[in-house]
Formats: sequence, structure tokens, C-alpha cells
Amino acid sequence: MSDKRITEEEVAYVARLAHLKLSSEEEKKITKDLGDILSFIDKLNELDTEKVTPIFQVVPGEGRFREDEVVPSLPREDGLANAPERGNGFFKVPKVIPERKEEG
Amino acid sequence: MELYRMTALELSSLIRKGEVSPSSLVEAVAKRIEEVEEKLSSYVTLTIDEALSEAKRVEERLTKGEELGPLAGIPIAVKDVICTKGIRTTCSSRMLENFVPPYDATVVRKLKEAGAIIIGKTNMDEFAMGSSTENSAFFPTKNPWDTSRVPGGSSGGSAAAVSAGETILALGSDTGGSIRQPAALCGIVGVKPTYGRVSRYGLVAFASSLDQIGPMTRTVADSALLLSVIAGYDPADSTSVDRPVPDYLSALEGDIKGMKVGIPKEYFGEGLDPEVEDKVREAISLLSTLGVEFSEVSLPHTEYAIPVYYLVATAEASSNLARYDGVRYGFRMEGDFSLREMYIETRGMGFGAEVKRRIMLGTYALSAGYYDAYYLKAQKVRSLIKEDFDKAFSEVDLIITPTSPTPAFKLGERVADPLKMYLSDIFTVTTNLAGITGISLPCGFTKENLPVGLQILAPPFSEELMLRLAHRYEQEAGYYKRMPPI
Repeated sequence: MSDKRITEEEVAYVARLAHLKLSSEEEKKITKDLGDILSFIDKLNELDTEKVTPIFQVVPGEGRFREDEVVPSLPREDGLANAPERGNGFFKVPKVIPERKEEG
Repeated sequence: MELYRMTALELSSLIRKGEVSPSSLVEAVAKRIEEVEEKLSSYVTLTIDEALSEAKRVEERLTKGEELGPLAGIPIAVKDVICTKGIRTTCSSRMLENFVPPYDATVVRKLKEAGAIIIGKTNMDEFAMGSSTENSAFFPTKNPWDTSRVPGGSSGGSAAAVSAGETILALGSDTGGSIRQPAALCGIVGVKPTYGRVSRYGLVAFASSLDQIGPMTRTVADSALLLSVIAGYDPADSTSVDRPVPDYLSALEGDIKGMKVGIPKEYFGEGLDPEVEDKVREAISLLSTLGVEFSEVSLPHTEYAIPVYYLVATAEASSNLARYDGVRYGFRMEGDFSLREMYIETRGMGFGAEVKRRIMLGTYALSAGYYDAYYLKAQKVRSLIKEDFDKAFSEVDLIITPTSPTPAFKLGERVADPLKMYLSDIFTVTTNLAGITGISLPCGFTKENLPVGLQILAPPFSEELMLRLAHRYEQEAGYYKRMPPI
């Protein structure tokens, strides 16, 4: 492994996973910052955690059941009120399905 | 004394006796805001007009002799990460700059039922990510004790507002110290309740297994009062715990003699400012004279807490912040984009630098090939940190530490170095990782007249014991009487 903890290529890949546009300066800065942070995080490898059970919730969750009752939900108008774009009672997004090409 | 300097308990009693009207109280706070807000920038949104109308409504009910809630007529500031129906809730982010929630968070509903009057929404680090409020996309908040310094963060606006008398009470949220650290840096009281004690419904999620809403006030008794109002099970938050809510106010009065309090040696080492250490040691001496029994305890995995925190919190954040896609609410980048391009452009433009950095770290830690090495490893070490506390609390009732390793630092001092900023939270993140409760309260001032915070930690759902010790110390030490020179 190189002395670089994370490369700019890896950063660009992770940014794609996170759906995040980064400028080339941001990419450089984040590469450096993540490198520093990951080196710091390496400290965890001092600990042998082979037999340790990970903890995901601090409050033991017993799982709750409730009656399946119909209750009023947010009115559609309220739910749509903050949408950047809307139409016919729906959220509007850029076209997802390309237009069908002519047969032939 | 000016009304804005008084506590909620004092004011509540005066309101009930008819000696102070809610309108005059709101007006006094509004006037104070007018005087100092330009220097502090505590608020993102002010709701003075609505507050005055609400005060009138409380007055009418008072005249009619109706029964009033415990916070009737008391102004409160709400951190701008907590949803308020019809009032813009921005998280100090461009992403939510124009977001107006269609519903109230459970805590806000409870505040209204208790008669509290919302006076505004306070500034914060964007999406609660930061320790100085400098990560606000709008403007930084200044510390009322020295306006060249930060108020701490992420609930810096709430802390500055309470400290300067721009409100009587405030709500903050605490994921790794975001209530307690700014409370310490601004010389006020801040409580991070046990995980599950307060409903998170309507709290914009940062790291769901760590986030809690809590009180920020000038006295421990006011925090007890406010906690009694906001605590409790909520069917809308499956992680809230169904346990009776004690009357925290009446819990303050019990004896503290013979209480066993641990001093963790790991919290008094390298990096701790000597003046901060002195003040905390003085507090320990004072409490000893009151019959509190101190002993040393060990929390051996403390040094691993920051790396664990920054893996767990960023992993959860990367998932929680995936919802900001420019479709249902919030900012959308306009242009001739495909759906995927629209997501990428929107998120690239809508989020600030620290939020991007954390989404990147969290996404990386969860990505294929790294999950075991980073995220899973962190959750295992988190287990060890929790076990440290379990063991310590089998020996002592409470634990006492400094809240922050340093007093308030200068604006700009730590922004360039994220790791240095992260270390501001070194004494507070463990509380969230272990799910326990903690309080910060003032324990003195440095030579430069900057407040120092004392942190008391307690086992899950032991807020009563913790508040009792804090209250007694506060009353003996008397630092709560000091207001910042602004």
C-alpha cells in the first residue's frame, strides 16, 4: 500500500456513490482531509476486537407492536408544499425513462 | 432586575401572581435581542410577532383563570434543527434554506401544550456538524463573553442566546457534545438526556443512534423544569423509551451527602488546559466539603472515542442525508439535467464543506471492502466504551469531568484543521456512544473571564441524581449569577 491512505481516484469513486458533485479543489482537499482522518482512525487497530460483539443500539430494543389502525396522514397539499417542482398532485422530477425510439 | 435576566422558575411564579405579564416579558426579551443580536447573530429566524400574539393568548387564559401549563408565558428559543410547523427550519444549510415544516416536532408540541412561547430559531453548525457554529451556511455566532471567540457548537446559537438574555430557555440537540460543549463555552447549563428519554420525532436526523434533544438554560432548576416537559415516550419515535417521567424539579432537593462520584483519570491528561483543570479540581474540592465521596475510576477506552465517534456518526449521517435529493423538499439545482445529474448537482451545491467531508467519510466507511475494517470495528470499540461506563457505574453513582478541554477559542482558529476541531469533543462524545446522560454547568472563569464547564455524567435514566448534584453545586458556587459583559 502506498503511503497515501486514500487516492483522488478513490475519493472520486466515493463521491459517485454518495451522489455528490465535488470541484477539483474540493476533491484535493477532501483527499488530504480523509487521509489525515483515516490515519488517526487507524488507532483503533491497536485493539484486538476479535471477540467483541458490536453494539448498534444502546437502548435494548424489545420491538413494539401497535394496533393497525387507520389514522389521518399528512394532507397531500401539505406534503407537496415544499417541493421544488410539482404537477398533477405529484412531485416532478427530470425525465427518467427515455422516449421510445421509432420502430424499424 | 431586568426580566430577561431572570430564570423561568422565577418568571413563572411572577406570571402566575400577575406581577409580570407574558407580553411584557416577550417585549423585554425582544428589546434585549434588538440590543445585542447584531453583535452575536444567535438567531436564524425570529418570531417576535407570533410570540407577542401568543403572549396575548396566554394572558387571556390567565385572566379567565384557566389552568396554565408549567411553562406558560415563558419565551424559548429552538435550535433550527427541530421542526416547527409553519416556521422555517433550515438546519443552517442552503439545502433547507426555505423549508417550512408541515408539522411540529413532538418536543415543540409539548412546549406549546406547556404554554411556552417560541421566540425564534437558533443558528447552528450546518446539520449539527461542528463544534463552533462556524459551519453555519449563513453566518457564525459569536460568544457573548468575548465576541472574537466562538460560542461552541453545534448548538451555538441557543447557547449564546441563553447566555446573553436573548431568551429565557432554549432547546439544543446533542450528538457528540453539541449541547454541553457550547453550554460550557458560554457559561450556561446544558443537559444531554439519556438516549430514548426525549422523542426525536421532528428532529432533523444527523446520527440516529446518538442524537438527543435537551435543555439549555441559565440554571439547573430551569433545565429540570424543561426536561420534565419534553421527556417521555412517543409512539412516533420507536427508540423513545416507555418509562414514567419523574418530576425532575422535586428531585433537586434531596441530600448529596455520601454520594459516590468517580473521577476518570483519562480525562485529566494531555491536552487539558491547566486553567480548566484548576476550576474542575476546585469544584471537586467544594463538593468534597459537602460530603460527596470522590474516588478515581478508569475509562480505559477513552482515547478511542473520537475515532469511533467519527466513524459511527458519519456513517449514519451519510445514510440520513441521502434524503436531500431535490425532489420532495429543499434546494434543487436547476438546469438541463437527467435525474441522476440533478441529484449530484443539487447535493454538490446545497451542502457545505464539513457536511460533504462527513458524507464522504461515512460513505467510505460503509462501502464494500471497508465496512469490516471501519464501521464494524468502530461499533465493536463502541461496545468497549459502553462497558467502561457500566463498570465505572458499578463502583460510583456519578462521574465528574471537564466538559471541554479548553475555554472558548477564537473564530477561525480551528476551521482549517478538521481533526483539531474534532478534538474539541473529546470529553463529550463518550456519553452519546454509551447512551448515558450528562450535564454541563459553569464552574468558574479563566483569567480572561471566559467560562469553564464542569461535566457530570450518570447512568441511563439517572437524570434525577445528576441534576441534584449539579443543582447543589451550582447553588453553593454561585457562578450562575454572572452575566456576560455584553
